[in-house]
Amino acid sequence: MNTSNTATEVDQSLLYPSPYKEFWHAFAQNKGAVAGLLFMSLIVFCAIFAPWVAPHNPSEQYRDFLLTPPVWLEGGNWQFLLGTDELGRDLLSRLIEGSRLSLLIGLSSVVISLIPGVILGLFAGFFPRLLGPGIMRLMDIMLALPSLLLAVAIVAILGPGLINTVIAIAVVSLPSYVRLTRAAVMGELSRDYVTAARLAGAGLPRLMFITVLPNCMAPLIVQATLSFSSAILDAAALGFLGLGVQPPTPEWGTMLASARDYIERAWWVVTLPGLTILLSVLAINLMGDGLRDALDPKLKNAA
Amino acid sequence: MSLLEIKNLNVRFGDASAVPVVDGLNLSVDKGQVLAIVGESGSGKSVTMMALMGLIDAPGRVNADALTFDGHNMLTLSARQRRQIVGKDMAMVFQDPMTALNPSYTVGFQIEEVLRLHLNMSKKQARQRAIELLETVEIPAAASRMNAYPHQLSGGMSQRVAIAMAIAGEPKLLIADEPTTALDVTIQAQIMDLLLKLQREQNMGLVLITHDLAVVAETAQRVCVMYAGQAVEVGQVPGLFDRPAHPYSEALLAAIPEHSLGAARLSTLPGIVPGRFDRPQGCLLSPRCPYVQDTCRQQRPALEPKAYSQVRCFFPLNQEVA
Amino acid sequence: MFSFIARRVGLLIPTFFGVTLLTFALIRMIPGDPVEVMMGERRLDPEMHAQAMERLGLNKPLYEQYFDYIGKLAHGDLGESLRSRESVWGEFSALFPATLELSIAALMFAGVLGLLAGVIAALKRGSWFDHGVMGISLAGYSMPIFWWGLILIMFFSVGLGWTPVSGRIDLLFDIEPKTGFMLIDTLFSDEDGAFLDALHHLILPAIVLGTIPLAVIARMTRSSMLEVLREDYIRTARAKGLSPARVVFVHGLRNALIPVLTVVGLQVGTLLAGAVLTETIFSWPGIGKWLIEAIGARDYPVVQNGILLIACLVIMVNFVVDILYGFANPRIRHQR
Repeated sequence: MNTSNTATEVDQSLLYPSPYKEFWHAFAQNKGAVAGLLFMSLIVFCAIFAPWVAPHNPSEQYRDFLLTPPVWLEGGNWQFLLGTDELGRDLLSRLIEGSRLSLLIGLSSVVISLIPGVILGLFAGFFPRLLGPGIMRLMDIMLALPSLLLAVAIVAILGPGLINTVIAIAVVSLPSYVRLTRAAVMGELSRDYVTAARLAGAGLPRLMFITVLPNCMAPLIVQATLSFSSAILDAAALGFLGLGVQPPTPEWGTMLASARDYIERAWWVVTLPGLTILLSVLAINLMGDGLRDALDPKLKNAA
Repeated sequence: MSLLEIKNLNVRFGDASAVPVVDGLNLSVDKGQVLAIVGESGSGKSVTMMALMGLIDAPGRVNADALTFDGHNMLTLSARQRRQIVGKDMAMVFQDPMTALNPSYTVGFQIEEVLRLHLNMSKKQARQRAIELLETVEIPAAASRMNAYPHQLSGGMSQRVAIAMAIAGEPKLLIADEPTTALDVTIQAQIMDLLLKLQREQNMGLVLITHDLAVVAETAQRVCVMYAGQAVEVGQVPGLFDRPAHPYSEALLAAIPEHSLGAARLSTLPGIVPGRFDRPQGCLLSPRCPYVQDTCRQQRPALEPKAYSQVRCFFPLNQEVA
Repeated sequence: MFSFIARRVGLLIPTFFGVTLLTFALIRMIPGDPVEVMMGERRLDPEMHAQAMERLGLNKPLYEQYFDYIGKLAHGDLGESLRSRESVWGEFSALFPATLELSIAALMFAGVLGLLAGVIAALKRGSWFDHGVMGISLAGYSMPIFWWGLILIMFFSVGLGWTPVSGRIDLLFDIEPKTGFMLIDTLFSDEDGAFLDALHHLILPAIVLGTIPLAVIARMTRSSMLEVLREDYIRTARAKGLSPARVVFVHGLRNALIPVLTVVGLQVGTLLAGAVLTETIFSWPGIGKWLIEAIGARDYPVVQNGILLIACLVIMVNFVVDILYGFANPRIRHQR
């Protein structure tokens, strides 16, 4: 009738694009998300290639150049593009080194909390009467404390330092993954394809990890992105309070703790580390938003 | 003079080059008359009435040669003037009663709102009248129902409340947009009866939007059949059922389950309604019409009066005058 | 309604116990000698050590120790600070009003501004204002608030001299702590200019603390409002001929506020966490600063029960928010 007249050969790959292509297309529409991605790529690049990218050794103190302003100000020096701190260390190099730390903390805390969190959530969802209430009560108690305070408490016990910071942040992010996974799992369990798999004889591990879990990935991915950004913020907060990464290690937050005294004299020591934190977290949040928008509508369409 | 007169109504979502959702529609309704608008989903029937009520927002645009209600030129009214008519002289009942009522306010509040705004009643008067209205729509224990929240009511009850809200302003024209589609079959008949009873008692014009032809046969005096945004046939009710002039009307009638008793399949037209990108150059039904001829594919017919009804077809059916 | 409240209270109790278990366990996990930890004294000779263990009940089995702990809590005995020898509860209740005052000011700032911005952004969707609000709120919750505080101090206190750098009130003033709320106490005192001074001290910390809640509330209000405006009952309201203002503010806002309320409630947790940082920067004498200093000084009785008190506070507030939510949303009230 109608279709036979409009006889153009439609490119099959446009009709049924692969899920990755579809996703990328949706993601790329969000300019903010793409900007975030670009910025984060820059940070990742700096982190990986820090020793080669940084103009100086981050711990080297140039006694003759204490508190040098950034290059565009009076008194600035092309040797130290962003100036130096109170011990004469090059700020740019320290910031680049700091990116390594922040990304490391973010990545490791997400991985350490994601895996147990998802597993707990799966169990809570698959056994809503046996294990569910117990697990969720525990999570509620953990959530009773604001996350930073709980992290502070954990670090108070374990002692300051990089590893304990990662542990503290991981513990604090755990409940959100459990809750999210459980909610997603419970939503999927009522669907027909799960019943079909069960009837076909799928055992519990297969049901959990192969049948149900892949369909819960979208909100988890978004949450992981947001956890990453709050991990960076929390690590910086702990560093600032003196409870996290200890000086002279150039974690961005720790750098701000010692910078407090120089508000009047050397604003760049205060402004720049914080600005890097802000831009990194902003970039990740923009990406997270873009991810959510790209993944969610697909969920809606698939339903 | 008719109560409602619509001439050449066009509704587009987008600029002038966008495909019209409602295309060159003419309609009229007299006082105390029941007009049914029939068509499948996407034919533009709801959008027509929403345009009349001023409920179409940007990027939708409404154009018409004439849009007259009760002597008012709706096209030139200010927003404030329009709000004095909408909800009072012209009211609408929507399809899904469960979502049409505000979940945070009681039923009583939502009815009283209309009374206090349009009929200037005091709080006490409004409350009293609201109870009366609930009784009119046959809700038992009306006084205690006033304090109920919408989620505490069933679908049928909620629709009765919606009807009460609509007639509260004592409208001259009531528009019912598929009022029973979202309800249980057993309730549907009750609600239709209620609507018709109210229409008779208050001598309101009633525009009934529906896709159920059986209901049309029993309730309306005139019917307008819409397809892809255009009116394809407008005529008196018994006439259309006995002698459908437009092939689409004929197909609709043939698709009524009762007409296919004993057959293996329901009779249908092959193909689907044209979407945004595949609107034919000629008659919009031409790709699917069993009677299609070359003229049909090349030119668009206009809605013209024929033997028994207005028809948009170059070769209307059943034109023999008895 | 009563059964709703009763159910919520029922949930409170196990949560309280759970938190006490948590704080109990937390302290027990600190590495090192428990007597040292509890008493802050080191290198006791074996006899004094044994006595201390006896006195502190540290040789009893763990569950007995836990019951002792609960018992003490029930009597209001939260231990003593190792540094000041004052009761933990005493220190807490003396410092709490400062944090409360700061938090309320921050929440008011965030709530009023956030709601307004969110509603207007939703009404003017896609406009400059909308994009601006969204951008600022995104920056707002991406920003480390301790840095934000430092920047504002740098700009307003040091640079422009508009606000003071730290503290609640100028040392020149001698205000009697009647309520603990500086703004109220200064009104009662007869010192000239004290109220204004207190206000000056409060502004910057409140803005800093309120920034993240502001961002979250603005975003949430906007998206909630946009969702609500798409609902069928808004169409019905317009079909009734109601004025646009009434449609938005009576029919729309009421429903849009419901999810925002939950978010505001959840912000209390964020506020307390932020208070820790804000009080540190502005030397604001509240419980946040108190806790951090105790951690740094290894004042474990304060750490343990300070955390317990704060957790209980958050639980109570969440409880109240839950109840209020039930009032606001009729559907929840009547649910099982």
